[in-house]
Amino acid sequence: MNRRIKEKIIEGFFFLNGIIVIGILVGIFVILVRNAWPAFHDVSIGDMIRWPNWNPDAYTTPTYGVLPMLMSTLMVTLGSLAVAVPVGIGAAAYLSDVASPRVREIAKPVVEILAGIPSVVLGFLGIVLVGPMICKLTGRYNGLNAVNGSILLAVMALPTIISLSEDALGSVPRSYEEASLALGANKWQTVINVKIPAAASGILAACMLGMGRAIGETMTVLMATGNAAEFPGSFLGPVKTMTATIAIELGEVAYHTTHYYMLFVVGLMLFIITFFINLAADVFFHKHTRAH
Amino acid sequence: MKAGSLRVIEWLGFMALRACMCFVVLILVVVFYDIITKGIGIISWEFLTQPPLDGMTKGGIFPAIIGTLFVTIIAGLLAVPLGMGCAIHLNEYARDNGLTRFIRMAIRNLSGVPSIVYGLFGVALFVEAAHFGTSILAAGCTLGLMTLPVTITASEEALKTVPRAYREGALALGATKWQSIWGNVLPYAVPGMLTGAILGISRAAGETAPILFTGAAFFLPDIPNSLFSQFMALPYHLYIMSTQHHNIVLVRPIAYGTALVLIVLVFTLNLAAVMLRYHLRKKGIAHGQ
Repeated sequence: MNRRIKEKIIEGFFFLNGIIVIGILVGIFVILVRNAWPAFHDVSIGDMIRWPNWNPDAYTTPTYGVLPMLMSTLMVTLGSLAVAVPVGIGAAAYLSDVASPRVREIAKPVVEILAGIPSVVLGFLGIVLVGPMICKLTGRYNGLNAVNGSILLAVMALPTIISLSEDALGSVPRSYEEASLALGANKWQTVINVKIPAAASGILAACMLGMGRAIGETMTVLMATGNAAEFPGSFLGPVKTMTATIAIELGEVAYHTTHYYMLFVVGLMLFIITFFINLAADVFFHKHTRAH
Repeated sequence: MKAGSLRVIEWLGFMALRACMCFVVLILVVVFYDIITKGIGIISWEFLTQPPLDGMTKGGIFPAIIGTLFVTIIAGLLAVPLGMGCAIHLNEYARDNGLTRFIRMAIRNLSGVPSIVYGLFGVALFVEAAHFGTSILAAGCTLGLMTLPVTITASEEALKTVPRAYREGALALGATKWQSIWGNVLPYAVPGMLTGAILGISRAAGETAPILFTGAAFFLPDIPNSLFSQFMALPYHLYIMSTQHHNIVLVRPIAYGTALVLIVLVFTLNLAAVMLRYHLRKKGIAHGQ
């Protein structure tokens, strides 16, 4: 009897351990909402959307328009995906269908190492390497802009997209490939017309997760995009993303002011956006695993 | 279409795929080449053992190295036991029901939460509500929570490699569930779990956003002397030296040196994990394949 009680206690202990994860996720959401809530007393959601700029330190009336930073985040994210999606899927197809086993042995760690580079190091390279390169190519005076951020975010999203797309391609049953080859298609036609379409939902999930990473990434965009508080004009102009806004302003803001609460509103928006992107990735991923 | 042109298209297509991979390799080469060639010059014994001097234009990065080590250890002390416990629940005890699926969904979502949001969470929970203040403890806890999903996933992978027969053998001999886990599962899974833990921790060591407001300091001449003191950290120091310093061009070599030390630290941890895994595979302890 004693033994059974002990077993129950141990099982209960690990159960609590498992539940904690849910507690943390819910806790993050609750804390964000609680700290964001007071902001809605001072600033209406309509104003947040209507105001054309984010200027909490304005001399007369501070404005908290979230559109410029939403737009900025969207720009750098789409810019990064424009590079990372084709290159990532290409590299994944190479690893899964073209590379010899020996090349794979070398190439796969490259992807892992790329994933391990701290984002602050990439941000630093954005300043010292990518920025000057952009200046040289465009003849501009300042290389810290949306293009710079997009390039760095592409580097950050690539490992996710490559390794998950490769998994998706690898899980396509061999019979598909063999059937295609037996019908007289060559390897290239098989990869393009059979394997990639068959793995499409898995690849889509990989791209969604890469996108989630790009949206939430802070240090690279903070260091490389110039952070101008105006409405983003072009890819060659400076932008200030949602993550960068929090990173810059939370350090200077007085606690428990409207500005402080508004930063939690931005955090809440980020949390909700990435939550739904991850959820969507999950759905596509399940669709993929169920299909194969 | 003629067979000849089909072959040309195939060749071109494969070249394009190869180019994609080469591009990825090139990125890595450029990153390492730039950091190593420009950072190696400043690395010296003094650089590694002295605090920053003369308004951070001279001297070394010793407090930042120590700060990063401390905060990473705190993160590990929080994330590793919690992650292992959660993995044991999921792999050994949990039934396949709604709650378990919810836990798994929570883990996947936590791994997608932006690091700056963990920073906000850390400010509201550890700095404010728990009254840790901006301290190495608050920052370590924030980083620990951030690494939790990685540690859980890695620990569960390690548990999965232990064959079912090990558990069933113990149970058949009359052992309780916990006795079978403790005696027949954990001894084989713990090394793999630790490998995953090191990988998770190495990520914590390089993170900046979660510690920006929870305890990292611009400049401190001494190493932290209590859990409640602020600290310097390598990633934050790199951020400061490359964007916030009053004479950015002058301190560029220090920034490069800091970047080099940071990636060496992160990849030493990674390498240690990989070598541990390799060593264990060779000894036949890991049962993966």
